[in-house]
Amino acid sequence: MTPTFYEVMRQQGITRRSFLKFCSLTAASLGLGAGGATKIAHALETKPRVPVVWLHGLECTCCTESFIRSAHPLASDLVLSMLSLDYDDTIMAAAGHQAEAALEDTITRYKGKYILAVEGNPPLGDDGVFCIPGGRPFVDKLRRVAKDAAAVVAWGSCASWGCVQAARPNPTKATPIHQVIDNPVVKVPGCPPIAEVMTGVVTYIVTFGRLPELDRQGRPKMFYSQRIHDKCYRRPHFDAGQFVEAWDDRGAREGYCLYKMGCKGPTTYNACSTVRWNEGVSFPIGSGHGCIGCSEDGFWDKGSFYDRLTNIKEFGIEANADRVGATVAIVAGAAVAAHAAVTAIKRARSAKSNEKVEK
Amino acid sequence: MAVIETQGFRLDNSGRRIVVDPITRIEGHLRIEVNVDAKNVITNAVSTGTMWRGLEVILKGRDPRDAWAFTERICGVCTGVHAIASVRAVEDAIGIKIPDNANIIRNLMHATLYAQDHLVHFYHLHALDWVDVVSALNADPRRTSELAQSISAWPHSSIGYYRDLQSRLKRFVESGQLGPFKNGYWGHPGYKLPPEANLMAIGHYLEALDFQREIVKIQTIFGGKNPHPNWLVGGVPSPIDLDSPGAINMERLNMVARIIGETIAFIDQVYIPDLLAIASFYKDWAKWGGGIASQNVLAYGEFPDIANDDSNKSLLMPRGAILNGNLKEVQPVDLKDMNEIQEFVPHSWYKYADESKGLHPFDGVTEPEFVLGKNTKGTRTNIENVDESAKYSWVKTPRFRGQPMEVGPLARYVVAYAMGRPEFKEPVDMVLKKLDVPLPALFSTLGRTAARGLECSWAAHKMKYFYDKLIANIKAGQLATANVDNWEPRTWPAECKGVGYCEAPRGALGHWIRIKNAKIDNYQCIVPTTWNAGPRDGKSQIGPYEAALMNTPMAKPDEPLEVLRTIHSFDPCLACATHVISPEGKRIATVQVR
Repeated sequence: MTPTFYEVMRQQGITRRSFLKFCSLTAASLGLGAGGATKIAHALETKPRVPVVWLHGLECTCCTESFIRSAHPLASDLVLSMLSLDYDDTIMAAAGHQAEAALEDTITRYKGKYILAVEGNPPLGDDGVFCIPGGRPFVDKLRRVAKDAAAVVAWGSCASWGCVQAARPNPTKATPIHQVIDNPVVKVPGCPPIAEVMTGVVTYIVTFGRLPELDRQGRPKMFYSQRIHDKCYRRPHFDAGQFVEAWDDRGAREGYCLYKMGCKGPTTYNACSTVRWNEGVSFPIGSGHGCIGCSEDGFWDKGSFYDRLTNIKEFGIEANADRVGATVAIVAGAAVAAHAAVTAIKRARSAKSNEKVEK
Repeated sequence: MAVIETQGFRLDNSGRRIVVDPITRIEGHLRIEVNVDAKNVITNAVSTGTMWRGLEVILKGRDPRDAWAFTERICGVCTGVHAIASVRAVEDAIGIKIPDNANIIRNLMHATLYAQDHLVHFYHLHALDWVDVVSALNADPRRTSELAQSISAWPHSSIGYYRDLQSRLKRFVESGQLGPFKNGYWGHPGYKLPPEANLMAIGHYLEALDFQREIVKIQTIFGGKNPHPNWLVGGVPSPIDLDSPGAINMERLNMVARIIGETIAFIDQVYIPDLLAIASFYKDWAKWGGGIASQNVLAYGEFPDIANDDSNKSLLMPRGAILNGNLKEVQPVDLKDMNEIQEFVPHSWYKYADESKGLHPFDGVTEPEFVLGKNTKGTRTNIENVDESAKYSWVKTPRFRGQPMEVGPLARYVVAYAMGRPEFKEPVDMVLKKLDVPLPALFSTLGRTAARGLECSWAAHKMKYFYDKLIANIKAGQLATANVDNWEPRTWPAECKGVGYCEAPRGALGHWIRIKNAKIDNYQCIVPTTWNAGPRDGKSQIGPYEAALMNTPMAKPDEPLEVLRTIHSFDPCLACATHVISPEGKRIATVQVR
């Protein structure tokens, strides 16, 4: 027999006490009241792997592709041993009626117990006809499946913020999922998110029986609480005033800071400079291109990817000790100001983007 | 609908109607409806793209140097193909010549995608059409091992390996939670593999899932991440300096070399032997699914061996078209000829002033119009059956000199075969001989799937070729990876236009850009799945998907395995196919039910 959810948790070193706490938290979040926790505990002890329903709206499937790049855990281990991926149009064997039946069976049989993962977003323009899998608007499917989900995960910038199809002028009225469903949403932004960030979020939920700690915008703090700039290995060059001035120049070959080439690392919250990509092989800055800020809300509409973040005047590279010292002071000041301004704007924006769309 | 005769097919929608929606194991959202006669043979096929994102209007007014990042997000499965087409379009418009190293690195990254994408398509999107997971439980691990060792030197083939795999699979099935295998068509009479071949294929399904992660690391080395690596107008962003810790250096190059070696080994020792072994049990499928492949195929060509030269002298994968099945004459293709490539919309949810005419993408117009025909069953937000006599898809209908064209690996192999290019002709002849089938067998579901496998191997070996070229350049002191002469918009002409071609894994891809005052004035893409999945044209000519489904017998129409086999053989990508919109950004969507 495949181990049950409870057995898997025990194998991962989770105590029975923590397990029961998870059950009562889940029960409370579902509004099941007294006795609900016992029911959930019983279900999880007898029912094996956590069912996952993975829906696709308007998207490009980069999140799925990223997910299967995960090195720890391997996607195959996750899907075969820890979860039960009962519905996912991209990889499931069944199609058409048999696929729809698999979805209905999962959300009925595991009512209140399945995780909903959403890749892409619903277009609300024109009654939702811009995305009609199964002949019906995607937004209806999303709301129906979300209704009885134990937890909802928004994969990538599409589900979290809207992403490219929501860039100005957003022709289809593509809308992030938290604006159309009532559930709390764990946002895992990025275009796509890093593979190990995605599997890290899922295994955290399954292993520790609770949602990871989230920031005000609903992003897991373990991956999104620091700027790429904060942990960038090229940061010392920024501080020393050593910049790439043109593509493939001497500074580029030395691996200097890409700030002047438009790098958005100083305003982007993500784990690229710590977790890195594809089993730690590199990340955008590590391969010579600035960060384009793909995990930030509305990053498509913040000017060119090659525009500098602020108007810091050019200054000499390693001119002399005094000059560099002065440079550092200026840069640090400007950078702090930029950070502060961006953070303030972000707060204002997040307050706005958390508003629900009327149903 | 009365019976329609077109292109040698007889379309008759009087029989029972079967709907398959969603078509799963593809990128994006696709619906297929077919009619079957009393003998369950398909007599009519209807392909409907069910999503639309409108990316081109979003591009209007933006910096052309940013366009690669936007268009790259058209598709995350064939990641990078739109970026390549985009940077080429901008470079063509402005007249930027990229350095040789940049050309080689782009080729290497692109070949990397071919290897990974074709591999994932075969094992994770297509294999379950041929491989019965449940049957593998009855396999004898010893005989599975013998089978595996008889067809390949791949080391993971011991009795113990297959015994362990089978017991894992058994535990999985007995848990009652089949996950992605839930409600599959297990036990369907269409499955022909013996249990041992099924078990072997499942082993390789899992190995390929783990291995594909390795292949893409080459894109990560040069582009910083995958999916969606970074590209650059004028070259590539990653500089080369063997003596620097901050650039492509010996350690990075060694990693590339190691991955290339492993990729060649996996494809030649796992994918190709599996493909041939599985195909030998499904030779019937050399009779079905050909569609228009034996008539019209199109390839824009790819992998320029000479930087900035897209003539057939330079293209390692040639450009050309075959019309009316005439393999003796390969037609030239000109992406800028206003009369050659055009898009039509009489059956698409868009509006033209004159829908009897097509538009070249330089002048493309796309005004959404979600209108359902009077014979539609259901409502506009709950469609039961579409009406193919009216508008029925978010995909447009592209035509080459008025003809529907198949694109993709099979099309590329047919064009290259017709041109007598040995790298393509010899492997095709080898496979035909091995399976003991004649040349026309190529024009089929099986032929399409086989061509993709051969191409995957071709691409893997080309990765090595590009790597060696890069090393030779570095040895000769050539380090440049970017041409920045025209980086600044002030150096650009006030108005210009250009085309970016690409052969994506799924087929011919083109981007057409107009730039005005350093901003994008017009951007249009015609993508592979638009060619293949597009609806009928005004003359009722059917496209590749619809044609390929025609006349296929279905064993159990309620379990549409045969539809999946043929549609999957094209490797659909609907997010690509359905994103176009007018440069004018006219009013979005006028909706009415007739």
